[in-house]
Amino acid sequence: MSDQNDNFGFHHREGRATGEHVALTPEQEKARKKRNVYIALGLVAFMVAVFLVTVVRLSQNAGGVAG
Amino acid sequence: MSLVERQDMISQESAVWNGGMGSVSDYVALLKPRVMSLVIFTAFVGLMLAPGSVHPVLGAVAILCIAIGAGASGALNMWYDADIDEVMSRTRKRPIPAGKITPDEALAFGITLSIGSVVTLGLLVNWFAGAFLAFTIFFYVIVYTMWLKRSTPQNIVIGGAAGAFPPMIGWVAATGEISLDAVILFMIIFLWTPPHSWALALYKSGDYAAAGVPMMPVAKGAKSTRLQILLYSLVLVVFAGAPVLTGLGGLAYAATSLGGGALFLLLALRVFNSRAGEAGSAEEGELYAVRAGDKAARDLFAYSIGYLAALFAALIAEHGLGAYLAIPGVSG
Repeated sequence: MSDQNDNFGFHHREGRATGEHVALTPEQEKARKKRNVYIALGLVAFMVAVFLVTVVRLSQNAGGVAG
Repeated sequence: MSLVERQDMISQESAVWNGGMGSVSDYVALLKPRVMSLVIFTAFVGLMLAPGSVHPVLGAVAILCIAIGAGASGALNMWYDADIDEVMSRTRKRPIPAGKITPDEALAFGITLSIGSVVTLGLLVNWFAGAFLAFTIFFYVIVYTMWLKRSTPQNIVIGGAAGAFPPMIGWVAATGEISLDAVILFMIIFLWTPPHSWALALYKSGDYAAAGVPMMPVAKGAKSTRLQILLYSLVLVVFAGAPVLTGLGGLAYAATSLGGGALFLLLALRVFNSRAGEAGSAEEGELYAVRAGDKAARDLFAYSIGYLAALFAALIAEHGLGAYLAIPGVSG
């Protein structure tokens, strides 16, 4: 069935809603929630890394200017 | 049937989706954590040994990016090799053949992490290192996995370069350039890969044959492989002395290289004199499971990991812990 890939409830060619959607099983939902938590942690870690590197770079540059 | 009735019928349908079942540990398994740990270690060595000092934060970010890039390569490798992994007992339990993660999910995961690690390393550390990491991922996934692995028994000789790049990336992350010492670190891992991989292939040759992968024991036979292991081991052990000549390695490294190299050669000679690889694969899929005749190959495989780790640990001890003692008349 071609609509099986129609994950967002819209017919891909006609652009109209079909009402079809992917029904996640409770196990899939649970696994997704856990993955989402780790993705969030990864994004926070990335933000922290960018922040720390910015501080280091700024202090190095400031040191260079002062010196 | 009216349009409204048809819409109602459709709205009650739900597409079945087999994905989305992967747990966090399944995704971690996709990153090949065992390989990743070796990459982290060797990249750290490159970063530590590079001249000058790198800020700890920048160093940590660089190592993290290199590790994630290596993991992404592993995920893409598992995506492409899912058909092979399903056949081989050693890899049958990996997340894709085990049905825990779909190939599409692994592909998306690998590409996302590849781009993320390269861009982050480029933006936060330096773009030479970022480009080098991108090239390494390209080399491992495209050159090794997609091209060489299934087409030539020299697959791991050439493809081994991908596993040898991490200390160079670490070095470039610290200095922004490549030097002779960085190339020496690369060469040590490059020469180490064939005897290490072929020792494993000897006692898992049945696995590789079943999967149609032309590893050396499958394509050229066990006897030829045992000879090549010995020859590569000899070249490796001799070359492992190079850091002493450039002054990168001191007395502790020289002693480790000599003692470790002698044992490496002894084990390689034991493999050469054995009938390893002639009995097919071990029946069980575990990495170290082995038939009686293949023990010499298994021992060399296990020892080779310790040998490489010891060489690099000696360099870290000398440069990071102040244990460096120059050898008069040899090293600077």
